[in-house]
Parts: sequence; C-alpha cells; structure tokens
Amino acid sequence: MILVAASSNLTNKIKQGLILSLSIYLGGMSFAARNAHADPSESQLVLTGSSTVAPLAAEIAHHFEKMHRQVRVDVQTGGSSRGIADARRGLADIGMVSRHLKPAEEHLWEFPIAYDGITLIVHKSNPVDGLSNNEVREIYQGRINNWKMLGGRDAPITVVNKAAGHSTLELFTDYFHLKQQEIRASVIIGDNAQGIKTVAGNPDAIAYVSIGAAAYDSGQGLPIKLLPVDQVSPTLFNLQSGKFPILRPLNLVTLEVPEGWVKKFIQFARSPEMKSIIQEQYFVPRPD
Amino acid sequence: MSLARTERMLYAGCRLASICSGLIVLFIGFFLFKESLPLLLKINPMRFLNDPGWHPTEGQFGLFPMFAGSLLITVGAMIVAAPLGIILAVFCRFFAPRKIANAYQALLSVLSGIPSVVFGLWGLVVLAPIIRHVQPPGVSLLAGVLVLAVMILPTIALSANAAMTSVPFEYLQGAAALGFSKWQRVWGVAIPAARPGIVTGMILGAGRAIGETMVVLMVCGNVVQVPDSVFDPVRTLTANIALEMSYALSDHRAALFVSGLMLLFVVMGFVAISESIRAKVIEK
Repeated sequence: MILVAASSNLTNKIKQGLILSLSIYLGGMSFAARNAHADPSESQLVLTGSSTVAPLAAEIAHHFEKMHRQVRVDVQTGGSSRGIADARRGLADIGMVSRHLKPAEEHLWEFPIAYDGITLIVHKSNPVDGLSNNEVREIYQGRINNWKMLGGRDAPITVVNKAAGHSTLELFTDYFHLKQQEIRASVIIGDNAQGIKTVAGNPDAIAYVSIGAAAYDSGQGLPIKLLPVDQVSPTLFNLQSGKFPILRPLNLVTLEVPEGWVKKFIQFARSPEMKSIIQEQYFVPRPD
Repeated sequence: MSLARTERMLYAGCRLASICSGLIVLFIGFFLFKESLPLLLKINPMRFLNDPGWHPTEGQFGLFPMFAGSLLITVGAMIVAAPLGIILAVFCRFFAPRKIANAYQALLSVLSGIPSVVFGLWGLVVLAPIIRHVQPPGVSLLAGVLVLAVMILPTIALSANAAMTSVPFEYLQGAAALGFSKWQRVWGVAIPAARPGIVTGMILGAGRAIGETMVVLMVCGNVVQVPDSVFDPVRTLTANIALEMSYALSDHRAALFVSGLMLLFVVMGFVAISESIRAKVIEK
C-alpha cells in the first residue's frame, strides 16, 4: 500500500523534475546564445545594491545603453549592505547605497545621484493628519497603542516596522531617537512595496517608507496618505529645498577612482539630462 | 548477455543517482555549517536559544521565537489539514458518485499545483483582512496556519485516497459479508489498512509546510515573538532568512545561516519522529 502511494507521488515528482530541468536547460540555452552573439569588444558594467536605487539605476542604464551600444549594464538588487560588500570585493563595478557611508566605509568613493526622503504613511481613511516626533516615538514604543489617543478612530494601531539591516530602518530609528530593541511592531516587512500594500490593506496601520515609492503608489490610486514629519509636508519642494528632515542620498560607490565606462556611467547618472528621469521616479535631483 | 548488461547499467545508474542525491544533502549541510561556523565559534551556541531577542546588528541572536514559530505553524496546519484531507479522501473513495469523485481529484491536483506566492497573495488580501475584523492586525499565526493548511490539503488528501484505493477489495467485501455497515467498513477496515499511506502523505505535507517561505513571509506579520494567541504575528525560520539575507553582513549573515542550520535540524527531528510513528503503525 505504501509503495503504491509512494510511487504515484514519485511519478509526480519526476514530472515536476523534468519540467524544471527542461526550463533550466532552455534558460541556459538562451543565455548561451546571447553570449555567443556578443561582440568581443562589448563591455559590461555590473551594479548591485539598494533596492531603492535599483529601479532608478536601471532606468538610467537603459538610456546609457542606448547611447553606447557596446556596453551592457547589469543592475541587481540586494540591499545597501550588499552594494557596499560587492563594491569592496570587486564583485560589482558600482555599488548602490541608499544612505551616507559609515566611518568604516569611507575608503570607498561615493557619488550621490539623487535624494530620497522617508516619511510615515497611514491609510487614506485615517482621520489623523499629522503626528509630532514624540507621538511617533511613543507609537513605535507601544506607549500609544490606539488611534483614539491621537484623535482618530477607536482602533488599535498596527505598527509596521522594517526588518533588521535595512538602511530605512537605521535612518528612521536615528531620526526619532529610537532603539531597535524598544520598537513594538505588529508587522515586519521587507521592502517598501510590502509596507505600502500592508497599509493600503489595513485602515489602522502606520508605516515608514521611501517617499519616492509612496508618492508613486499613491499617484497610482492606492489608498495611502503621506504624513508630514515635524510639520513639514513631504512635497517635492520641501525635499528639494532641504527642509524635509529625513533625507538620504542615493549613492553610487566604487572601490577605486572611477575610470573608463564606470566613470562615464557615473557622469551620465549625475548629468542634468537625468533630472527628469529622477523626478519621474519621485526622487529629488541633486541641487545644481 | 545483453539483458545482463542493461541490468548492470541500470544498477550503476541507480547507484550513481542515489549517491548524487545523498551527496547534495551532505554538501548543503556542510555549506550551512561552514557559513555559520565563524559565529558558532565566537559566541556560545546556547545563546541562539537563550538570548532575549533577535537584534543581530546589535549582537543579540535569540532564534527561539522563530523556532517556535516554524513548529507552531506546521503543527497548526497539520491539525487543520489532516482530518480534512482524510475525510475528503473517504468521501471520494466511498461516498461520492464516480464522476464527482473524479472531478474532485482533478480539482485537488490543480490545487496542489498552484504556486505558493498565489496562496500568499490570497492570504494577504482576502484572509488577513477577515481575521483583522476579529482581532487586529490580521496577519498572524492563524492566517499562516489556514493558508498552509489549504496548501498541504491536496498532498494529504491525494495520498490518503491512493492508499485507500489500494486496500484489497477482499477486506471490504469480507467486512460487508460480516454485516458491517458502510461507515464501519470505512472506519474499522479501510482507514486502518491505509494508515501507512496516510502517514506518508502527512509527512510530505508537514515537510512542505515547514519549508514554505513565501506564504509565511506574506501573511504571518514576521514579528519576532513567541505568540500568546493565534491572532499574534509570528516569524518562522524560513521567513527570517528570506527577509534579512540580502541585507545582512558578517555576524548577522552568519546568524541567518544558523537559522538555516536550525531548520535542517528541525526537519531531521521531524523525519525521525515520523519514521518512528510509521514503524509503529506498520508493526501493528
């Protein structure tokens, strides 16, 4: 009996295995084919790191490739920490880092291409329109745990926090003088998109995310509301003038002084022509 | 002669394949161990169970809440899915008209083929808001248990069904001849005779549940805590790795490999327990 059950399972497994190996095989073929056709003089740039910078870098890379047909730019995400680590070990030509370099990282070369703010978001139906820094701190410490205490609905607050290692988390805790250990969260998320979806689906949630991502999704019609921080609204104007308090640079970092295509790419990313692309993604261009 | 040669080749092929699959497990275990070793040498391994919290960037590596989360969610999903799966199989095998039974089986096969991220999405946008109305925040141990139960239900039901199909017809005929009612034939003869197959299905289901990552990442809330109730969010060992791996460096990264190592041990313990249960069942 057991044999019968096991063998019917086995055939299923074999079928799945065949499909899987076939798809891997086909995937490998297309990859090989692309390499075979590659021009020997073609060069490749590899960028890895921050998931906030990656969509912007990919867009810039797209334009860069159009201008220089002999270069292929490969953009991979994996967080700012990976951007630092890969640039350091030479696994990537350029690392993407969505924060200032730490003292231990200052041997790397850093080139800001744009700025991004971090702000608090709540559901659109939430009547609360602003929070003082102290209120934010107490919400994240669990001392304020109902929206009623802030003039909102009588509903417990769903506190959304980021997983350890994200630069957004570090920036947030630094600004609000919070210790990571004292945060009492109800939901922990990985990336901005997950945070925005959580708040859009939960009228009593509060989260902090990249303004670029939040403004974009709010523009797409998701029911979220961006709150001011310390009474400064997260508008493009306030971000650009430097009035908005939680601002971070989106950096490209390299191990050596940039040369060749690396230099050309960084110059291109920082050129005035990229301003409109940066703004399209709701990031703030560098001041002239 | 030629037959003997094909047979020898088949034998060699089988041996090669089994050595390979065995080696892969060993390699993965070795790799996990190698990557976690720097941290295992640096701090007392007991700290992974005893540290008061999980703050890997601040030197606290308590993995116990994740360990408990993984275990609770798997056990919970089994408690929900196993009885349902067995009842479903009994219905298909003994009570449903042929056509309905076939349609049911096809449906279950489709269910088992749905990618886990789809289940996760469903849990996030449909199930979690419903649970939130009962008790916020909605993403919780309960949401994870329910979605995983739906996911492993087909595995359990289909193998229970296969096991019951292979119960010798004479057993049932004999039971009927002795005047057993239909229910008595099912409960007293078919299920006990099919028990090894049912247990196998449950083991496969539990294996899938404990290794599942995408679903739990989406619907469980991922808060590091030992839950007080089923409405509390939890984080599992798998979600811990998926959530933090791409952002982790040095000690933090090694600690995540320790999570992987712990998961491997949990699965080993699981297999050992279920093997001993199965041995007992077969003995009976």
